[in-house]
Amino acid sequence: MNREDFEILRKTIVYFDNGATTLKPNVVRDSILKYYDEYTANAHRGDYKTSAIVDNLYEEAREKVAKFINAKEKSEIVFTSGTTNSMNMIIFGYFKDNLKEGDEVLITLSEHASNIVPWFILEKEIGIKVKYIDLDNKHEVSIDNVKKAITDKTKVISIAMTTNVVGDTRPIKEISKIAHDNNILMVVDAAQGIAHSKIDVQNMDIDFMAFSGHKMYGPTGIGVLYGKFDLLDKVTPFNYGGGMNAMFTKDGYVELREIPTRLEGGTPNIEGVLGLGAAISYIEDIGIDKINKYEKELRRYLISELDKLDFIDVYNREVDTNIVAFNIKGVFAQDTAVYLDKYNICVRAGNHCAKILDNEINISNTVRISLSFYNNKEEIDLLINVLKNSENIWKEIL
Amino acid sequence: MDRDLKRSIILDNYQNANKKYISNGDEFTKINTRNVSCIDNLDIYIDMDNNIIKDISFEGEACVISISSTNILINLLIGKSKEEALYIIDNYLKMINEEEYDKEVLKELLVFDDTGKQPSRIKCATLTANGIKKFLENN
Repeated sequence: MNREDFEILRKTIVYFDNGATTLKPNVVRDSILKYYDEYTANAHRGDYKTSAIVDNLYEEAREKVAKFINAKEKSEIVFTSGTTNSMNMIIFGYFKDNLKEGDEVLITLSEHASNIVPWFILEKEIGIKVKYIDLDNKHEVSIDNVKKAITDKTKVISIAMTTNVVGDTRPIKEISKIAHDNNILMVVDAAQGIAHSKIDVQNMDIDFMAFSGHKMYGPTGIGVLYGKFDLLDKVTPFNYGGGMNAMFTKDGYVELREIPTRLEGGTPNIEGVLGLGAAISYIEDIGIDKINKYEKELRRYLISELDKLDFIDVYNREVDTNIVAFNIKGVFAQDTAVYLDKYNICVRAGNHCAKILDNEINISNTVRISLSFYNNKEEIDLLINVLKNSENIWKEIL
Repeated sequence: MDRDLKRSIILDNYQNANKKYISNGDEFTKINTRNVSCIDNLDIYIDMDNNIIKDISFEGEACVISISSTNILINLLIGKSKEEALYIIDNYLKMINEEEYDKEVLKELLVFDDTGKQPSRIKCATLTANGIKKFLENN
C-alpha cells in the first residue's frame, strides 16, 4: 500500500531489505529540501525569522518523537546519530558510572552488534559481567528463561525489541516488570521494532531505549535515545562545547544546560531531525497498527508460498513480524542474493551483524527478507517465481 | 575462454574443491581471512618449508566465487617459492582490478578475468589471495 508515496518505487525494484534501511517517502525528502531551499539556519541560535522556523521545527520533531513512543515529556528525547550512538551514550555515559565490578548485564545471543560490543568493552574496562538469557527452541526469549538468568548481581537487562535475524518480538512489558521487581534497569534496542509495531515506553516501563531514523522511513545519521527523566539526567555528555553549556567563565567554571540539550553538544543534524519528524508524521498518517496488520498478513502469505518450495529452508517460520530468514538448500546465502539481484530483488545475505547467533542456530549465513507496508503480493509472487527457476542459478550468476 | 567452460571450471572447483579440508599438523600455520562484507569466512592452512610452499588447504563457509578462486589459487601455489607465489598473486590481483597483468602465470585463474566487472564480487575473488599475500610478505 501507499507505493505512490515513494519516488524510488517508480523504478522496477523489489526492495525486501527494510531491516537494513527503509525507503524514504517523498515527504521526508521534501522536508529536507525545504530546509535547504527555504529556511537554512542553525537551531537554537538566531533572532531572525528563518532561524525561528528551524527552532520550532526542531523542537516540534522532538515532540512528535515523544508522542510517537508515549514518553512522559519531550525532554526525555535526545537526538543522536543512530541506535549505535544512543547505545554507546548510555553504556559509557551512564552505566560506566553506575555499575561496578561483578555487576551482571543480561543480553541474548541474537542481539545486534550495537547491543553487544559496547557491553563487552565495558566488561573489560570496569569488570562487569555480560551474561546471556537462554533462547528457547524457537530462538526466542521466554519469561521463564529471563527469570532463570537473573541473579542478585543482575543490574541491567538489555535486549532488542525485535531481533534482526530471527525477527521475534520480545514481551518487553512482562520482562520489564520482572526486571523492576528485581531492581534491574530495562534497556531496549528498538531499531528493528520501531517502524513496525506500537511502542509505548510508559506502558512497557522502559528505562532507556535506542532507535534509528533510517529504519523508520527517515534519513540516515539521525537517531533517538529515550530515557526516563531521572536516569537521563544522570547521563554524562560525550560532547562538551557549543549548544550544551549554560555558561562558562575564564577561570574554568562551566555550567551545563538541562537535558536533553546538554546531551546534544555541537550543531545537531538539523535536516536529519526535520526528516525524522516528517517520517513520524507520515507513519502516523497511515497508522502504525494498520502497518503492523498489513505486514503480518504479507509475511504469512510469503511463508505460505515458500512452504510450497521443497528446496527452501525457512529458519523462522513461527515468528509474527516482518522478517523471514531462509536459504536455498545447498546454496550459499550470498550467491542467492546475487541471483535475486539479477531480477532487481534486493535482499540481505549474511549474518546480519548478529555474529554470535550462529552459536545458537548453527547456520551462520541466511538470506533475509524484511518486509514493509509498500511491499505487496505481486512482489512476493515474482520472488517465488525466480526462486522456482533457481536450478539455473549458476548459469545466471557465473 | 568460452563462458560455459569458465562456468564449469568455477563450479567444479566449488562443488568438488580438492583442497577444502582442515590441515592440523604442526607444520601448518592457520590464517583466517574474513571478508569485510561480514559474510565469507575461510581458514587457510599453509605449510612453508624453507622458501617453498609445500602444501595449503582451506576450510570454511563462503560464496561460489570465494571457494572456487581459493581452490584454484591454492592448487597453483603449491610447490612454488615465496617469490613465485607473490608474483602469481600480484598478477591475479591486477587482473581482478582490471589492470595490465601477466596472463602466462595465472593458468586456470583466468576463469575470473571478468569478475572485476561485478563490484560486489571483487572482495570474494580476492579474499584468499590477499590473505596469503599478507602471510607471505610477513614470513
